[in-house]
Amino acid sequence: MGLEKFKDRNVGIQQYKVVEHEAFPKSNAQKFARVMKRMVKGELFVGLWVTLRTMYQALFQDDMHTVKYPFEKLPISPRYRAIHEMLRLLESGHYRCIGCGLCEKICISDCIKIDTKYDENQRKEVTEYTINFGRCIFCGYCAEVCPELAIVHGGRYETSSQQRASFSIFEDMLTPIDALSSQKEYPGFGAVSPNADDNIKKTPLAY
Amino acid sequence: MDAIIIETIIKAIIVLSVIAALAGFGTFIERKVLAFMQRRLGPMHVGPFGLLQLAADGIKLFTKEDIIPQHANRLIFMIAPIITAATAFIALAAVPLLPEFTLFGYTVHPIVADLNVGILFILGAMASGLYGPLLAGMAQANKWGIIGSARTAILFMSYEVVTGLSLLAPIMLVGSLSLIDFNNAQSGGIGEWMVWQQPLAFILFLIAGFAETNRTPFDLLEHEAEVVSGYATEYSGMRWGMFFIGEYANMITIGFMASLIFFGGFNDLGFIPGFLAIILKVSFFFFLMLWVRASWPHVRPDQLMWLCWKVLMPIALLNVLITGLVMMV
Ligand code: SF4
Ligand code: SF4
Repeated sequence: MGLEKFKDRNVGIQQYKVVEHEAFPKSNAQKFARVMKRMVKGELFVGLWVTLRTMYQALFQDDMHTVKYPFEKLPISPRYRAIHEMLRLLESGHYRCIGCGLCEKICISDCIKIDTKYDENQRKEVTEYTINFGRCIFCGYCAEVCPELAIVHGGRYETSSQQRASFSIFEDMLTPIDALSSQKEYPGFGAVSPNADDNIKKTPLAY
Repeated sequence: MDAIIIETIIKAIIVLSVIAALAGFGTFIERKVLAFMQRRLGPMHVGPFGLLQLAADGIKLFTKEDIIPQHANRLIFMIAPIITAATAFIALAAVPLLPEFTLFGYTVHPIVADLNVGILFILGAMASGLYGPLLAGMAQANKWGIIGSARTAILFMSYEVVTGLSLLAPIMLVGSLSLIDFNNAQSGGIGEWMVWQQPLAFILFLIAGFAETNRTPFDLLEHEAEVVSGYATEYSGMRWGMFFIGEYANMITIGFMASLIFFGGFNDLGFIPGFLAIILKVSFFFFLMLWVRASWPHVRPDQLMWLCWKVLMPIALLNVLITGLVMMV
């Protein structure tokens, strides 16, 4: 693929379809002919037929489009970017975050706050990790940049709450330790793509 | 004499309460039918199939604050909805709703007043109902209201001629203005229905009826997308509700008129008894109005005038002329 396609800033008009439109009548005779044609064509009845058919389909062929929202939910795309989740290592149950701070650095609305310290084994331990969801714009950069797939976007989009804090503390976002077995390798935003192995290239050092 | 007065009062009360209840039920049916035609469910959560939504809406309308705007003409503002609602029910007085039946050995004529000028009375009462929107719009000191009432005047001037002229031809054929005579003239089964003799008059009457009840292709008076809510912009609570009870009662009246004048009225239809036949016919016309509302766009005020004066009125006149010629020969 060449670069031209990326450089074409005229997004969209390539797919426009010009609506077929008959010529406007010029003389009175043509106008009269058009009125007569429209009168006999019965297009109004086509309109009536369409709505009746829709009603029939909705009632008897299970083509009702209403989703009774709080009781039924539509599936969301795995790439949907809702409230973040912090994942755990499946083997040890320890949180995956290594405290590298990349997410804090990349966050464009500056809403991640992370603090770390060395524990007794001289490993980094996350002492504080919060996301200010009043500022987060759900851009997904943090999930994208995380080297450990530790922070990902979950599917929790019903975010009305009395306090923002009930979403934004590390422990709230972390997979509960007893639910560890049901933690899924997240297929959505921030996850490696299915063909990630194919995309790995040897670095020049190997030559 | 006393018996007649008491009977009439009882009949009036029954008609008033039944039709008012039906008008309320009509709003429910309208919401359901429109919803189905748009693949929605409509009211669902209050009661079975959302049926109690009616009660909920009624309670809401009754308990809402009755606001009268500061610069409105208080008296006219307050009585305008009553005009609409009252005339809608007055018009029903001359409509025979069901065939005669016997109750406890007493023959009941389900018509409040069998006037010999029934059709004229109904048309007059329904036409004066438009004073409601007209006065309401002008009294409320709101520009959308003013536009709404101007449109009422346009509507009124346009369709009224067509209604009268379109009904003239059937009246000439039957030779009476009473709807009961119309019904009896078509007692010979489907073949004698007036619509076969006067199809053009039926179509004209239906078009004018849609305009008369302020239904969709001609719902200029309160078209939300254009004039906020037209004449009803400043109304709330029960006064607003009265406009709509009037509108739905008018829809029922038009349904009755169309069935009685053109579709054989309450005569038995094959194996279907008369009272069921007329209920089915009126239900069909009511459904037709909702169906049309779901399907068709509405016209501009100038298009309505153009349609009524330049197209429908000449056709109606021609229809009267041809009917007259055929009758003379
Ligand atoms: S989604 Fe974007 S804005 Fe929100 S925390 Fe991540 S990087 Fe920051
Ligand atoms: S980028 Fe990932 S590993 Fe690094 S601090 Fe953020 S969540 Fe932890």
